[in-house]
Amino acid sequence: MSIWLQHLPVFPVVIPLVAGAAMLLFAEARRTTRTVIALIATLANLATAVALAYVASGAMPEMWPEGIAVYLLGGWKAPFGIVLVLDRLSAVMLMLNAVLALTSLVYALARWKKMGPHFQSLFQFLIMGVNGAFLTGDLFNLFVFVEVLLAASYGLVLHGLGERRVKAGLHYIAINLAGSFVFLIGVSLIYGATGTLNMADLAARVPALAQGDRVLFETGAAILGIAFLLKAGAWPLNFWLPAAYGAAAPPVAAVFSIMTKVGVYALLRVGSLLSASSVSGAPAPFNDGWLFCIGLATLALGTAGMLTAQQSQRLVAYCVVASAGTLLMALGLGGAGMKSAALFYLVSSVLATGAFFMLSEMIERTQQFGEDIAAEPFEPSVLEDPPDLTLPDEVVGIAIPAAMAFLGMSFIACALLITGLPPLSGFVAKFLILSAALTTGPLETLPGSVWVLWAAVLGSSLAGIIALCRMGVRLFWSSDDIVTPRLRVIEAAPVAVLLLLTVGLAVEAGPATDYLGLAGISLSSPQIYIDAVLASNPLQVSSHEIEGIGQ
Amino acid sequence: MEIVYALAIGVLTGSGVWLVLRPRTFQVIMGLSLLSYAVNLFIFGMGRLAVGGAPIIDALKQADPSLYDDPVPQALVLTAIVIGFATTALFLVVLLASRGLTGNDHVDGDRDSDEAES
Repeated sequence: MSIWLQHLPVFPVVIPLVAGAAMLLFAEARRTTRTVIALIATLANLATAVALAYVASGAMPEMWPEGIAVYLLGGWKAPFGIVLVLDRLSAVMLMLNAVLALTSLVYALARWKKMGPHFQSLFQFLIMGVNGAFLTGDLFNLFVFVEVLLAASYGLVLHGLGERRVKAGLHYIAINLAGSFVFLIGVSLIYGATGTLNMADLAARVPALAQGDRVLFETGAAILGIAFLLKAGAWPLNFWLPAAYGAAAPPVAAVFSIMTKVGVYALLRVGSLLSASSVSGAPAPFNDGWLFCIGLATLALGTAGMLTAQQSQRLVAYCVVASAGTLLMALGLGGAGMKSAALFYLVSSVLATGAFFMLSEMIERTQQFGEDIAAEPFEPSVLEDPPDLTLPDEVVGIAIPAAMAFLGMSFIACALLITGLPPLSGFVAKFLILSAALTTGPLETLPGSVWVLWAAVLGSSLAGIIALCRMGVRLFWSSDDIVTPRLRVIEAAPVAVLLLLTVGLAVEAGPATDYLGLAGISLSSPQIYIDAVLASNPLQVSSHEIEGIGQ
Repeated sequence: MEIVYALAIGVLTGSGVWLVLRPRTFQVIMGLSLLSYAVNLFIFGMGRLAVGGAPIIDALKQADPSLYDDPVPQALVLTAIVIGFATTALFLVVLLASRGLTGNDHVDGDRDSDEAES
């Protein structure tokens, strides 16, 4: 048993990889087999993520002291081999990804998986890339995992085809390819200056750099930060985001809502490790007024976009931009407790936008007019085995009663979450951010940036209320010919689950903030992380097992 | 040698960036390819340039590190080449799909701005 436990940190990467590859062995027509594999893998992924969150809370001090699980891939010691590192922050992100993946997958089973080839495999590879990016302790591996998730997302953003998706996908791929090159330049500059790629080792080596190398290193870090900000959807590098997220198939867009958070995670992780390395704090884009100003501009753009969006899915895409802006502003301001407040906001906003993406597609179905991208024909010629289109939709699941009531209530819940009104977790999250901003110092000497944050967050919430009210009125009340759609249980349930989770997050805000608070503290004291990575030894195979092999 | 190398990277990057900003999809993909060459050379250069240094320790020579080249950037470059090549190939497919769906090769698929450009 303990042998399996020792390998637990690698499971979030291995499970989706094996599942995604195994699905390729079955022909596209054997949809049931693929679906079963995908469901089992995603459930196993969720179970692993929950187990890892338990491990990261320091539940097994004899194996992993301080709750930091270091897994040496290949059995080489840390600065030489590649490591996976799990701490509270990674565990939270893994769990969030697993929940979102499961709900989007179930939603996609209703109709979207049939719209193009290899949806299930690409979906698993996307999960693998995101999980890997959250776990890796090595800069170049971070690049590789980000490429894995991007390559899968290139396929998924085109899922269902149609002119709009291809156009948005073209821009999305071009800008992310350019972003990957920027990422590589940053990584190689850092390697050239410090001679290491391991993040913990990097943090340990930076203080000893000579002046000339130091300049090179800071340049490399700044370039790397630009790549992270591009992934995080920060202004002015986010004009691809609303088009790509607004045009993607809804379950895909839902799982994409955590992809921008990979950039935020990387900023947090690398910024936390580098801030320990010098007296002047972390290099430019990681911990500075820069982040605050970029966040402010991003929030302004997201809010303006929410006000101008005509189509509900595009509106949600701008909500993602606005949430990225709020997060960057909060992280740029810094201060005690701000990191945990920002993490709480991150969890809440990812759940909300994920649910909202799926919901917006169901709401679109009530409208008879307008641009219905779901109805666009996909090209059967690109399929190796055209799926069986004669299968009636009705056999997939049973319709739920009171569909309009469900849609309306869910829309209100999403709007409350995104604008940060009580009683759901969006309110708790924004409240935590605003109160953490006030604790940065005594009230008289608070810097002006605190009040800028207050004004920006509250102002964007107000604009969000206006935008969402208008969208709600237009979708539910003002159109004459609303069709009550047939919603299946497997479509409604994922949205309901995500929204119930945010209710749970609001009710159990105490334990949740305790857990995230400890995550924030461990980010502020990265020495524990550095020591844990550099001191870890390869797994010892006990003599008992060697005897067993001998027999 | 360093000057020539740096100039080569600079020329590749400059042409790449200029091409990426052009309105035709074919120019964009050529630009991205040039950028990927420049980046690969850059990673390679970050291991410091050396003539005749092997990246693997030779049992016959001494274990003096100055006789050898840094193997890590070479491994990184291999990975970067593979990933860059694969994603560029994928981009090519999307480019063709876009050409088929919109009927022109403008990056926005927009015929009006296409004509205004030319």
